Amino acid sequence: MIYGISYTALFFFIVFVGLVLGLSFYFGRKTKSASSYYAAGGQIHWSINGVAFAGDYLSAASFLGICGMIAVSGFDGFLYAIGFLAGWMVALFLVAEPFKKLGKYTFSDALNSTFQSRLVTLTASISTLIVSIFYLIPQMVGAGDLVTPLLGLPHWVGVFLVGIIVIVIVATAGMTSTTYVQFLKGGLLIVLSTILTIYILKNGFTLNPDHKNQAYHEFLELSPEIKDGKVERVEDWNVITQTEVQGKEFVNLEKDGVSRWFDLVQSDNRYVLKEVLSITEDENGTQLYNGEPKENGNFYQVGHLSKIIVNGKEVDKTGPVGPFEYLNIIKESTVVRFTNVKFLDNNGNVSLFYQNEIEGKDFLLPGLKYKIGKGASLWSKMDFVSLMLALFLGTAALPHILIRYYTVHSPRDARKSTILAIAAIGTFYILTLFMGLGAATNGVMDVESSNMAAPLLARAFGVVLFSVISAIAFATVLGTVAGLLVASSGAIAHDLLDGYFNKNLSDVNKVKAGKIAAIVVGLFAIALGVSFKGMNVSFLVGWAFAIAASANLPAILFLLFWKKTTAKGISWSIVMGIVSSLAIILTSPSMWALYGLNPIDAIHQLENPAIISFPLSALTLFLISSFKKNIK
Amino acid sequence: MIHKPSISHKPDYASKKKARLGIIFFFIYFILYGGFVAIGVINYELLAIETLGGLNLATLYGIGLIVFAVLLGILYNFFCSRYEDQMEKEMEGKEVEL
Repeated sequence: MIYGISYTALFFFIVFVGLVLGLSFYFGRKTKSASSYYAAGGQIHWSINGVAFAGDYLSAASFLGICGMIAVSGFDGFLYAIGFLAGWMVALFLVAEPFKKLGKYTFSDALNSTFQSRLVTLTASISTLIVSIFYLIPQMVGAGDLVTPLLGLPHWVGVFLVGIIVIVIVATAGMTSTTYVQFLKGGLLIVLSTILTIYILKNGFTLNPDHKNQAYHEFLELSPEIKDGKVERVEDWNVITQTEVQGKEFVNLEKDGVSRWFDLVQSDNRYVLKEVLSITEDENGTQLYNGEPKENGNFYQVGHLSKIIVNGKEVDKTGPVGPFEYLNIIKESTVVRFTNVKFLDNNGNVSLFYQNEIEGKDFLLPGLKYKIGKGASLWSKMDFVSLMLALFLGTAALPHILIRYYTVHSPRDARKSTILAIAAIGTFYILTLFMGLGAATNGVMDVESSNMAAPLLARAFGVVLFSVISAIAFATVLGTVAGLLVASSGAIAHDLLDGYFNKNLSDVNKVKAGKIAAIVVGLFAIALGVSFKGMNVSFLVGWAFAIAASANLPAILFLLFWKKTTAKGISWSIVMGIVSSLAIILTSPSMWALYGLNPIDAIHQLENPAIISFPLSALTLFLISSFKKNIK
Repeated sequence: MIHKPSISHKPDYASKKKARLGIIFFFIYFILYGGFVAIGVINYELLAIETLGGLNLATLYGIGLIVFAVLLGILYNFFCSRYEDQMEKEMEGKEVEL
């Protein structure tokens, strides 16, 4: 997609970043001790902590990823919202209070409260680092995606911007400034998402989703002359090639020196050529968007309804609708999605996005991404169960979430702030359903990246709303990345250096080491954010949840609820959780595609590892604790 | 290396009761959540049936799980706070008797 700079957006962006940095420098002056750097001195009020929890948790995966995935894959995107929130039940009912009583600054503090084992410190800190890094990747990818339409800058610039700003936030004031940044962004995100949802409902549906500042592209439909299934002539266009891909016929036509791709569709006993979006790249690396250079701006935002049914009658548009009516109209209508196919032709690589009509009732059911209906394979059913298991078990095992229990005064405050977080996050997740569906039907989707669905929807309703929402979304990434860097720096400086290597750092040096660690992890995150460009951020976060659920949760639950748990059992279960989940992820179809191989040839067809790695890790802990004596 | 809580806590006399309640509430939610996943895998067609307000079962169940989580959390906090206050009063009484 081609974006230009928006000065209103730039203004809000500067205001937000300035506010965030101002907060950091203000709190930075007060941060002298390790307690205030890693746990905000344990003095944050539970209500602030609750909203900060929401701000920490509602990362790029929630705002950008879930909305984007709902817009592209319908209900399957909403599965993430359901699972992400369900995970808080494990956190609230089983982990929050006892964990608060056990720990000090980090995840390994709590695990090690009984054992004082170096092995536990080592494995728990490595686990914290791996989970945090996997969680950091999607945040940085989301940051890059945001900056492109916001400031008209390339993806990698966005990644660098977030990386540098967050490093400054964390390196100046640690957990205190991170808490207030998360509080601010958590609160604003919920308020603005509510406003955006009101806009969506007020706007209703139309077959032609034009907006004040952008007209919706009218897709060409041509009548070809066909002989033996081959296109021979098409009005005043020249036929260049016809290619069969995945059982569909695509035709390349040329007119006035511009070549365009069309999808050959048979309907009512006649053939029609439907215009598709295309990105082609020749041997020299020259890219053309719909047959023209990118700068010409002829590559469109898409997503619309091809048929609107209200109370059994077909209409061209509706007025404002209520929330239930909104969902029911989509259920009865027909949604046009844009499906991607890639292939090689004589001139180089071709990537097409063709119109794919789907009944609204199917769009509002699981199955577009995770096939679980009729004819679904065992792999895809396992994948669905595995994803839901990882989301359910992962939240309570995320180190950057767990450390937020140490920022409040008492276990009672930890519980109350968790409940406030659940209410705030639950409200937001219900809104994502409307924002995602709104993006799918309002002609705002960028086919190159689903992550921008919600901000681009806001842009359709006005540049100010877009600017504020984008700035908040940017702050969303800042808040979460800051939390992850605090968790990572605690794992390196407090756990590894002080705990495992026995460096006996003074309070001041522990803070200094934490800041250096935050800078190093931040730079590493920037590199990863650039490498993983283009992947859906919710999907990537699913992996972080799976690793956290497999590596950390068995250790936490056994420690809290089984007296025979040993340090050795905990350590080996963490190792087993990390190794098994990483092994499954690194050999998954998605990674195969990332390696440039055919995903179908991957060793297995499981995208989400938790269904195998979580029981393996729990079994390891049980067996080793049962048969081996405790070690220190 | 010292692994101690960041803040010293008052003794929590209600911790066992709260833990038991937490486990019960966890299993209630787990069964409901597991039910959603099981319907998806075992009887997918059921998710398409029309329910309240014309919504299909998938949407109603999904939104229901989110709303129920919030309600269950509020209920849990209500009971936990009551246990804590009750136990604290009982223990204060015992200390006075001693």
